[in-house]
Amino acid sequence: MQNRVTNIVIAGLGGQGVLSATDIVADVAFAAGLEVKKSEVHGMSQRGGSVSSDVRYGTQVFSPMVSRGEADFLVVTATDQVPVNQAALSPNGVLIEESQIDASKLTTKKAINVALLGKLSRHLEFTPEAWLEAIRRNFPEKLYEGNEKAFYLGRGEGA
Amino acid sequence: MKVLLNGDEAVAAAAFDAGVTLGTGYPGTPSTEIVETFEDLGGKSQWAPNEKVALEVGLGVAYAGGRAIVTMKHVGMNVAADPLLTGAYTDVNRALIVVSADDPGMASSQNEQDNRRYAVAAAVPMFEPSDSQEAYDFTLLAIEVSERWHVPVMLRMTTRVCHSKTAVERRENPLPVEPFDYTKNPRVRAMVPAYARIQHKKLRGKLREIAKWCEESGPITRIEGSKKLGIITSGISYQHVRDAAPEASVLKLGLTYPLPIDSIRKFAASVDRCLVVEEGDPYLVEQIRNGGIQVEDKLENFRYGELNIDRVRRLIALDDSPEAEQVPGKPPALCPGCPHRTAFEVLRDLKCIVANDIGCYGLGVLPPFEAVDLSVCMGSAIPVGLGMRHTLPTEQAKRVVSVLGDSTFMHTGINGVIEMLFNPPATGHVVLILDNGITAMTGMQENPGTGRKLDHSGTNKIVFENVLRAMGVKNVHVIDAVANKAEFTKLVEDSMEKPELTVIIARRECLLAVQSIRGWEKANAESCN
Ligand SMILES: Cc1ncc(C[n+]2csc(CCOP(=O)(O)OP(=O)(O)O)c2C)c(N)n1
Ligand code: SF4
Repeated sequence: MQNRVTNIVIAGLGGQGVLSATDIVADVAFAAGLEVKKSEVHGMSQRGGSVSSDVRYGTQVFSPMVSRGEADFLVVTATDQVPVNQAALSPNGVLIEESQIDASKLTTKKAINVALLGKLSRHLEFTPEAWLEAIRRNFPEKLYEGNEKAFYLGRGEGA
Repeated sequence: MKVLLNGDEAVAAAAFDAGVTLGTGYPGTPSTEIVETFEDLGGKSQWAPNEKVALEVGLGVAYAGGRAIVTMKHVGMNVAADPLLTGAYTDVNRALIVVSADDPGMASSQNEQDNRRYAVAAAVPMFEPSDSQEAYDFTLLAIEVSERWHVPVMLRMTTRVCHSKTAVERRENPLPVEPFDYTKNPRVRAMVPAYARIQHKKLRGKLREIAKWCEESGPITRIEGSKKLGIITSGISYQHVRDAAPEASVLKLGLTYPLPIDSIRKFAASVDRCLVVEEGDPYLVEQIRNGGIQVEDKLENFRYGELNIDRVRRLIALDDSPEAEQVPGKPPALCPGCPHRTAFEVLRDLKCIVANDIGCYGLGVLPPFEAVDLSVCMGSAIPVGLGMRHTLPTEQAKRVVSVLGDSTFMHTGINGVIEMLFNPPATGHVVLILDNGITAMTGMQENPGTGRKLDHSGTNKIVFENVLRAMGVKNVHVIDAVANKAEFTKLVEDSMEKPELTVIIARRECLLAVQSIRGWEKANAESCN
């Protein structure tokens, strides 16, 4: 079988849940039995600076970093961070970003990361149930309901 | 069962599975999560005031028959170098693993030094994992090597190995600990010259044996590919190489000191072009060439920053053309409402010459403050400030203020106070300790000034003003600069005018940590009742 690696970059500002969003993507792919590598650079991120994180999955993955211009999907949690990260996206890649979500429908603005994952989920091979399980594993239980709503808002079903 | 772990978590898991007696270290990105995860798993963990102390505690554990893991970021190794270079001569009874987490590209550091040089300087074996599974496996292997040859072992990680998640399979009771009786043996542990001379030779002998072991059964991976291109690599560079040159033959080294030079020679002879792909310094290249083997080095450009797939492709193609510039992102800034903000507004407005230290307050260098003149390394603010006071003309010397934080004060900052009392400048000096009650920069760790241990339970609290007064600092002030900005401004201004030694402790909790601190304090107060 051809080894097709899916490259995803999630970016935004420190404190927007960029890293937990990437954790969820990695978790979903891992639970599906794929090889997954996830990479991030943090440190100063909690001081509100730009953050970005990469996930790669497929049957065999080596480098944990997505090369410039090779992201199949670029997910950006703050519209003003799109120009900063645009170069990551491949010419045929899909951009998913903050302004594509109707934020007024979110229970909390913090759930923007999960809403964007909802939108991303339409393009990937995993079921909504698998996504929601990963969301449940990665957030405190009390946030689940809000996140479930956000996920479906992004996915464009219900809520 | 496989789990997704980052490299730091994998090291912690290995340490836990191997029954490591103590995990210690000093926080520093990207190493911090090792000791924290070891604690979460149920291992005995503690923060030391600095890396030198951590390593010395680790030596004691290993001499006494316990397994120890000591963690630090790359620059921490500079602080710990003294016990490392002599500790290497001594025989440890149980494993001592020293983790150095390097930061090529300086995602969160003040330099990008390559600590593989330390393994050579100290003559300690060094393992370099390339993913989390290897971080796990090599930690166990390092423990085995450390115990078989009674030598401290270095585990060298880098940011991308520490902070990338990949699958890990853990093992059940991989390295059972046998009972141990401590006996006195000063010849192998009391490093006076007569004993140290013998131990040094012994250490070189251990390294020869370890190199031989590595040739026969050590962590060497050979990928048989095209004869046209052979790549020698280690650590994260290996992963980029496999993506960038899937056709190449590859020799991956898991032990990068001492090197398995025979295996390298054979590999180099088996390919037409033999290129070394490594991040940072030309370390492998130099070692391999010292062994009399011809290999090709990377172009100078690729010495700086991290490698990635794209850069490895260029490196292989000898492509020296300018690399695309990264669009600058939003720089980090002091949080809105951060107590350090007031301090830097005042220092800026008073036109102070600021010798700064390393912490969140490092951001005082950026707009809107631009209040900082210099910063070098942890603990340097006071001594560098003193040197400037000794040298600048009086009018300028008076304006020099040294600024540091609470964790940094406990780390090595206090040494500067000793120097200040010992050799006071003619103009006196002004020191500002920004005591936000936590080690904020690295993600909210406790330190000896907070009165809480790594797990946030209570312990002896070092009260800075008491220590400073007892040491003999004439003027010691404690103030909440945010609540009393005008008073604080006047205090700094007046202190600069006096040819005396003044320490101002600006005490107000880090805004991001304050709620947690209240919670821990409450829990500790209750557990005392
Ligand atoms: C030798 C060394 N060890 C560790 C670090 C990582 N590090 C950078 S700043 C810092 C601590 C800062 O704490 P503090 O002085 O209390 O300042 P805050 O960030 O809380 O403002 C640490 C541990 C370092 N740069 N150098
Ligand atoms: S984390 Fe704390 S100390 Fe650091 S910038 Fe934010 S409020 Fe200030």
